[in-house]
Amino acid sequence: MPGARRRALGTPALSGGLALGYLSLIVLIPLAAVVAKAADGGWHHFWQVAWNREARAALELTFELAGGVVAVNAVTGTALAWTLVRDDFPGKSIVNAIVDLPFALPTIVAGLTLLALYGPTGGVGVDVAYTRWGVLMALLFVTLPFVVRTVQPVLIELDRDMEEAAASLGAGRFTIFRRIVFPHLLPALLSGVALAFARAIGEFGAVILIAGNLPFKTEVASLYVFEHINSDDPTGASALAVLMLVISFTLLLTIGGLRRWATRHDR
Amino acid sequence: MSKRFGDFVALDDVSLSVESGSLTALLGPSGGGKSTLLRVIAGLEVPDTGEVWISGQEATALKPQKRDVGFVFQHYAPFTHMTVFDNIAFGLTIRRRPKDEVRARVEELLELVQLKGLGGRYPAQLSGGQRQRMALARALASQPEVLLLDEPFGALDARVRKELREWLLRLHDEMHVTTIFVTHDQEEALELADTVVVMNAGRIEQVAPPRELYDEPANAFVMSFVGPVNRVGNAWVRPHDIEIGHEPREDAHEAQVERIVRLGFEVRVDLVRDDGLRLHVQLTRHEADLLEIAVGDIVWVRMRVERTFSAGGEPTHPVPV
Repeated sequence: MPGARRRALGTPALSGGLALGYLSLIVLIPLAAVVAKAADGGWHHFWQVAWNREARAALELTFELAGGVVAVNAVTGTALAWTLVRDDFPGKSIVNAIVDLPFALPTIVAGLTLLALYGPTGGVGVDVAYTRWGVLMALLFVTLPFVVRTVQPVLIELDRDMEEAAASLGAGRFTIFRRIVFPHLLPALLSGVALAFARAIGEFGAVILIAGNLPFKTEVASLYVFEHINSDDPTGASALAVLMLVISFTLLLTIGGLRRWATRHDR
Repeated sequence: MSKRFGDFVALDDVSLSVESGSLTALLGPSGGGKSTLLRVIAGLEVPDTGEVWISGQEATALKPQKRDVGFVFQHYAPFTHMTVFDNIAFGLTIRRRPKDEVRARVEELLELVQLKGLGGRYPAQLSGGQRQRMALARALASQPEVLLLDEPFGALDARVRKELREWLLRLHDEMHVTTIFVTHDQEEALELADTVVVMNAGRIEQVAPPRELYDEPANAFVMSFVGPVNRVGNAWVRPHDIEIGHEPREDAHEAQVERIVRLGFEVRVDLVRDDGLRLHVQLTRHEADLLEIAVGDIVWVRMRVERTFSAGGEPTHPVPV
């Protein structure tokens, strides 16, 4: 065939089609159904049910908490990954395994445990049950592994020569971290943060017990949705879900853009 | 000084002094301790015993940041997330030098290492040789007292390596910064350095100028590591110290020509002596042409100079045979 060239590797059309088909089946079609449900009564109705005071408070709280989760995780997750990669201590492999436990535990169990420990009858003397602090804690628990597990492999692969070169050029430990190590961790950190963020926004099981579901106080978006399904208002529930989707998608795209910027030197 | 890593003795009671402004090679097989010695000088490793002095100052306990030493890593360790310009400027910007000063110095260095106009690129967009020169410029930027290079040409192809060697030599002549480089390539050491330190198994075998190293090796290891060599019984003979003739002589052996390789100016002849010993001989093209030998010919070979070393490795006098 004149002018036509066959690719040596793979058939992009086929693999692309598969990826898109799979993504549609598992993610896009269900999401479209949510949107369709929300739009049942038309745009005007949608806004009315989505933009009421209680829904707005739930959304605000959700994104505030997710922001807090992201900030805390970025620091502690990086520190944990650093310790696991760079330090040697007895029981390191056990600590390493513990990091994944929040993934292994049904989140409702996590909520139950937190409530038992930090609730009114807990032995620790801290009572955060039915407060925003309690919800934050539950979210931190379930999002712990994300940043650790994305930053850790990058830290392992990071060329130590670069740090030694910086040291011999006169850079102190902090400068080496800030100018050399951190820029290399940033893309992975952003990925981890995006995952933690998404999880924090959608989390339901871990928060339902400890939040106690007080509207305007501890009611996060997922609980709002749950309540409205329970009280036979699926349109209100889907309307808020759609708002959440739009905001989350925008934020995830932004993080992705940041990530592209942070890896500009690789292209 | 000495340095061990677990059971492995990397440096075994090594003592070395390097003259200011000189160009010194640490030469030896891998695992011989030369890179460790270089890293100790840079402060990247701490010796178990011993001291490091730089320009009359004790530096043993000094952190690498304070040693005023430029280090070029084997794989250059470029800061991959920074442009070439920012790489070279790194040592200056962290010292908070004024912007124009940094710019002027970096431009000067870019010109010196022949990377003018490439300051805006990232290291991934450079060739191996360019990356090497960038690493060199980065190490030179804050004008260190000592420049250390770990296998500086190891990862480059032969042609680039040769160019860079010549270039480094010119650079050293211009800058006169005390330079120590590690290599396992004896040709590289002999060509570049004014002093060669031969290291093996954590010890220094000999410190000498290239010519002395070749002509008066301190022991059998140096003799066999620096330059090609034939072993004849207890003696060592350089391939160019073997004479080939057609006439029988009392002090010569009969031998058969097994192979002839012409490499331009040099002609290599492999022979098997009547007692079964294999010999490698180097002739100039002119010598080979006069001899008119061919594969299968029977000739007479005679050692012009051979060296023997005592059991302790010390040289006994070279004997003209």
